[in-house]
Amino acid sequence: MLSNDITESLVEQVSEALGHESPLVIEGGGSKAFYGYPQSADLQRLHTVEHCGVIDYSPDELVIHVRAGTPLSEVKQLVRDNGQMLAFEPPDFGGNATIGGVIASGLSGPRRPYAGAARDFVLGLTLITGAAEVLTFGGQVMKNVAGYDVSRLVTGALGTLGVILDVSLKVLPAPELEVTRTIAVARHEFQALLQSMGRHIPISAAAHEDGYLSIRVSGSEMAVTAALGKLAGEEKENAYWDQLNNLDYFVDASELWRVSVAPGSGAMLEEAALVDWGGGLRWVSEPEVCPRKKLAGEGHATLMKYNARFLDSGLDIFQPLGEPLAGIHQRLKQQFDPAGIFNPGRMYRDF
Amino acid sequence: MDKLNFISRLSKICGANIITDKPLLKVYETDGLTAKKQLPWLVVLPASIEEVQQIVRLCHRFDVPVVARGAGTGLSGGAMPHAEGVLLVLAKLNRVLSVDVDNLSATLEPGVTNLAISEAVKSLGLYYAPDPSSQIACSIGGNVAENSGGVHCLKYGLTVHNVRKLKVVSPAGDLYEVGSEAFDSAGYDLLALLHGSEGMLGIVVEVTVKLLPMPESICVIMAGFASVAGAAAAVTDIIAAGILPAGLEMMDRPAIQAAEAFVKVGYPTGAEALLLCELDGIEAELESQLHSLTRILQENGATSIATAHESEDRERLWLGRKAAFPAIGRIAPDYYCMDGTIPRRHLSRVLDRISSLSEEFSLPVANVFHAGDGNLHPLILYDANKADELQRAEEFGARILELCIEVGGTITGEHGVGIEKIDQMCIQFTTAELSIFHGIKAAFDEKSILNPGKAVPTLHRCAEFGAMHVHAGKEKFPELDRF
Repeated sequence: MLSNDITESLVEQVSEALGHESPLVIEGGGSKAFYGYPQSADLQRLHTVEHCGVIDYSPDELVIHVRAGTPLSEVKQLVRDNGQMLAFEPPDFGGNATIGGVIASGLSGPRRPYAGAARDFVLGLTLITGAAEVLTFGGQVMKNVAGYDVSRLVTGALGTLGVILDVSLKVLPAPELEVTRTIAVARHEFQALLQSMGRHIPISAAAHEDGYLSIRVSGSEMAVTAALGKLAGEEKENAYWDQLNNLDYFVDASELWRVSVAPGSGAMLEEAALVDWGGGLRWVSEPEVCPRKKLAGEGHATLMKYNARFLDSGLDIFQPLGEPLAGIHQRLKQQFDPAGIFNPGRMYRDF
Repeated sequence: MDKLNFISRLSKICGANIITDKPLLKVYETDGLTAKKQLPWLVVLPASIEEVQQIVRLCHRFDVPVVARGAGTGLSGGAMPHAEGVLLVLAKLNRVLSVDVDNLSATLEPGVTNLAISEAVKSLGLYYAPDPSSQIACSIGGNVAENSGGVHCLKYGLTVHNVRKLKVVSPAGDLYEVGSEAFDSAGYDLLALLHGSEGMLGIVVEVTVKLLPMPESICVIMAGFASVAGAAAAVTDIIAAGILPAGLEMMDRPAIQAAEAFVKVGYPTGAEALLLCELDGIEAELESQLHSLTRILQENGATSIATAHESEDRERLWLGRKAAFPAIGRIAPDYYCMDGTIPRRHLSRVLDRISSLSEEFSLPVANVFHAGDGNLHPLILYDANKADELQRAEEFGARILELCIEVGGTITGEHGVGIEKIDQMCIQFTTAELSIFHGIKAAFDEKSILNPGKAVPTLHRCAEFGAMHVHAGKEKFPELDRF
């Protein structure tokens, strides 16, 4: 695997941008360029892909420390070769996703309700701040409460707080066996079915679409075999979960909403084309009314696919924040990036 | 500020729930870190969120420091009072507000004890995973403030992994929510940022936790070893074999002997090290794991192996570990508990070094640790009534923390920085990193009225500590470079 440390060059580019007060768009593999507000083609790019390689990987410590530009596919392959996995199952949207982008977007896949989110596996990271300083937070150990948890704050901040240089992630043993089953059940009944399986079936993913519940069972061969004996339904390819994770299902949708609610919530349950995360994540394409209007204060909705006229109409891509949260966000941004040079307006229009 | 005027305004908010008498204030002069004492100016015990808001608003207006306190079991002096400030005791807010079986969550007031959560949902076949040793007394609000761990962290995570939503009172007295009942929320991850923030950013007044279904099957394996290195190697092999135990704990000889003398549960007192390993999950999965685990323990020279399946037997095996701190308390007048975390591969070397430091400072040490995640709890035994023993214990502790940083670890895994480890923060972080921490504090609490002086040292303090440290270093740390 390629290993290359270009910290110096990246810091230099940030310093220069700071000197000219000209914004920088941080770009890894570009697989999630569609996520968040579009960044003008006129803005200068800061490319991280050459800052790559595994700094340290000790499978028996359950920790991998990698540079931001390392391709997600290579990291997944490396840990797989060692019988381990990135348990939050980050999507790559069929592109050249990098670890930096995975952490900056903070998105997690179908295993999320059962294993945890991207932020749950971040142990520490190094970033270049808007003052062109290289700072390290957290570390390579499982437990660390020294100082505020900046690593998790930066996870999912879409690069607005700094340029991620490297990150340490907790990895988990990969299950010996995974099998997917699909069972015919109505939308309003699938959660009761899931609940009845409770603690006896080692579920690692559950999604509902077109009248069918798909569940993935993971564990030792003995455990999975025993669990399958208690389950009805037809077997299905495990590749289904990658397709679902990468939104293949919605390739032709012109408007797609990601609605995140409590798994048992009734909001947008029937309207959603696909329900993932055991009920907690609802994908709604081309709805008649904006899903935010139907959420009534519970959960939040993100516009994942859209055409430009949506933005012209003033629609927000991410759920707007009320006070005092919006003020806290702005002040945090100000502390990390006082000149506002990183990914301006990518997450919220005003910073 | 007119102090009497302030007190009269305060009593309009919370009536008789104010303590101003010195003898009564003395009850609150320390948290679990008894070496650090400070009488608060006032103690208030609000009975509702509205009262908390009004009290904090009043303090904000008059620039009076506010130190939040739950059960006061913290081990780093995070809830040590402020001489000029109000100690905001949240213990009266101790109701379980709701349990949501469909979404596997429970909403609690901050003073609910950790163990009370699991007890409240036990009949539903559910439990709350993080279980710090102080779980019978410590409160969920304090668990959030310190991001507490426990013996089940390796598999189930810390408090931050098990909380969905918080209601927080800002320094200006505003009430807001972070996180949600959903699996994520819009914006920055303030839910994570508030965890472990030691009452510096906001006052937690309501906590929604994630509940888990009780595992189908649980077993506990206890193994004795003739050497610490043997036990450490077994831990590495267990993880390498792809087994993720629910708990994986180690104790050294002094800790084993103290625990056995206290609870008499049949720990191998002749062993140099003891491993306690809990497996949980689907019955079929457990069987195959237990088989590999036993083989690994044998291959690494275990001198005794005991397995417990029934709940009573399992609890018996855990009892010695969970009672380790009080057990040590019986054999020494005082003990000082450390909390460094290290990459596990350095375990044997760090323990050797702690043992030679123990000789250097002429103070015995007993070690208990969360072996799976590298979190060490060396307990330094001393007698506060003997001249200079406390000071020696603190110096010894500081050296252990510095050792943890040397090998790429951290000064605190789960107890927090508080006032205790504030100087070591200057070693773990650079000036620019500390400045970001101060920036985060300012983003939430511009007037710095919440728990001032804790968790993050001022740059001035670090400069002074640095001067002292370098001076001392010339004489005391010549061998550190061997790591």
